[in-house]
Amino acid sequence: MIVAVASGKGGTGKTTVATSLVSVLGDRAQILDCDVEEPNCHILLKPTILTTDTVNLPVPSVDLEKCSLCGKCGEVCQFSAIVPIGKTVIAFPELCHGCGACSMLCPEEAIHEVPRNLGVVETGMAGPVEFVQGRIRIGEAMSPPLIRAVKTHIRGDKLAILDAPPGASCPVITTVKGSDFVIMVTEPTPFGLNDLGIAVEAIKGLGIPMGIVINRSDIGDSSVKDFCDNRDLPLLMEIPHHRKIAEGYAQGKPLIESMPEYSDKFRKLIDDVSMIFGKPSKGSSL
Amino acid sequence: MKIAVTSTGKTIESVIDPRFGRAPFIVIVDDDCNLIEAIDNSKNVNAFRGAGIQAAKTIADRKVDLLLTGRCGPNAFTTLQAAGIKVGAEQSGTVREAVERVKRNEVPLADKPNAEAHW
Amino acid sequence: MKEVTVISGKGGTGKTSITASFAFLAKNVVLADCDVDAADLHILAQPQVIHEEDFFGGTKAVIDHDKCSNCGTCLENCRYDAISASFVVDHSACEGCALCHYICPESAIRMEETLNGKWFISNTRFGPMVHANLIPGEENSGKLVALVRNQAKLIAEEQNMDIVIVDGAPGVGCPVISSITGVDYVVIVTEPTMSGLHDMKRVAELVKGFNIPSSLIINKWDIHPGMSNEIEKFANSENVALAGKIPYDKTFTESMVRRKTVVEEASSPAADAIVQVWKKLNQSVWQ
Repeated sequence: MIVAVASGKGGTGKTTVATSLVSVLGDRAQILDCDVEEPNCHILLKPTILTTDTVNLPVPSVDLEKCSLCGKCGEVCQFSAIVPIGKTVIAFPELCHGCGACSMLCPEEAIHEVPRNLGVVETGMAGPVEFVQGRIRIGEAMSPPLIRAVKTHIRGDKLAILDAPPGASCPVITTVKGSDFVIMVTEPTPFGLNDLGIAVEAIKGLGIPMGIVINRSDIGDSSVKDFCDNRDLPLLMEIPHHRKIAEGYAQGKPLIESMPEYSDKFRKLIDDVSMIFGKPSKGSSL
Repeated sequence: MKIAVTSTGKTIESVIDPRFGRAPFIVIVDDDCNLIEAIDNSKNVNAFRGAGIQAAKTIADRKVDLLLTGRCGPNAFTTLQAAGIKVGAEQSGTVREAVERVKRNEVPLADKPNAEAHW
Repeated sequence: MKEVTVISGKGGTGKTSITASFAFLAKNVVLADCDVDAADLHILAQPQVIHEEDFFGGTKAVIDHDKCSNCGTCLENCRYDAISASFVVDHSACEGCALCHYICPESAIRMEETLNGKWFISNTRFGPMVHANLIPGEENSGKLVALVRNQAKLIAEEQNMDIVIVDGAPGVGCPVISSITGVDYVVIVTEPTMSGLHDMKRVAELVKGFNIPSSLIINKWDIHPGMSNEIEKFANSENVALAGKIPYDKTFTESMVRRKTVVEEASSPAADAIVQVWKKLNQSVWQ
């Protein structure tokens, strides 16, 4: 089973929930941090990194001796990443989306592909938990190919927990696509509600079942609960604001270390999710 | 010589738009500031990336020799250089005023971009 | 005229509430909400929309099944796995690269412009505001950010405004890069947690790469003074000025629930701190 933890609004406790889930599951789980712009799971789980692989995007390089200046590459490129001009052809690798159209369609076979570094995928172990994360190179804009590279590490025989980026656009969709369930973490404020609504809309389109976790459930108002009622979204868990949790988080301490009594609640959360998904979970407390 | 000037309007009395890729119009004139063409650049104005590159291609296709504008980013500059188009940057006032400055040899030619890559 | 972008790296640090507070404190300001993925500024600004336009962000492939011979050329060559075995384009995976359009031997694939969202020009109690909604799940948020910024700048130029304040997106990727390239000043809002420090370092590195002057605000600094110190030290070593620290204050969230900025309401520790931060920032921006 693959469970993505998403949020719409950032800073609502998505990483806290994802890391708590794998902590109670132990060796039956793997965690994949798909928030490649700002991966934070490692701060709470402190994994030992065992492998680091660079992820590249193929971008064009032009052999001007073979080039006949026909202009085809510039015509097919939708991103202004390759431009025939004057008596030359210029490639702008940072604008390239790596589709391969220019090299494939060049009649002179004058274009070959060279790698552009997008970032790295790291794997390792956090105690008994298998750990995978992507880290985008600073200055690089294109995260979806890197997220896809992280997701190639999903194994069928474990419960895979994906920590999604905040928001509701392409990086989130790339992450949650193919998941069996999405846990949405939010906070009961107007911002939390607004962004939850957007994220729920985005994921609804993919047809994946969802459930809600309300973090800091005693701040703000009741509008998120009303939203869950109206949309028939299961409210999976509420985590009240607690100074011990906030202080622990500040120092990079996982929630179930600050508040051990939450272990059972997270086990129940996994059972509830498995139930909704309609399969007994491999990871539950049995 | 053909001179291209980024502009807020379609005439030689229009005020220069300092942005190259995203100026609403590019006015093309001859040495004596006779209007040859006013290119509607609006489809480029809201382009995401590569607006400068496309604008450079547009004026290269019209065999322009000199571009007068305000700011020119690195991708546009590279493209203009490849096309052999010279750049007079930091220009302001009207199209006519800028062209007259060229005649009086008061416009230094840029040897590097003077803006960050624009998205 | 100056363009100032507020970003945060990590989400949930109070960036939008602080941006809106600055908008209230600034005079002659145009607001631009560039956190288009999950725009929240409108909740505090309560904009009255005066102009609305569709945003066509890009193109997507569409297969004409009357012409398609099921040859599989598109499916084999698409690098985004956007074409299904029954030759239907998966809208959410299509990159709009048009490779399939060019290689289809039957010319059965056309590229169609896609509606990705809407953008608005509005009046608010702070001044004019440009904002946008990306259709949930749609892409090209970077392009929409560029559009919103451009419109805000045009308004600022037309109306002789002093400052454009941009609410940026979290992270360090496409929408963030799009919201800071070419601006005059960047403000980074962080919080004193390990994640806050980690994310702030990454976003500071990004800003440094663009050579834009920047300063830092530590929000909720007193929830962990030790971590707050560490963040300050890092900022010092990286030549990022500290604009100020804002204490944890329940009023901050309570004001948000009332859809107000904390500086509009009765004096509170957070409000007083934000007023001081703004004074200092305003000086640095114009320096």
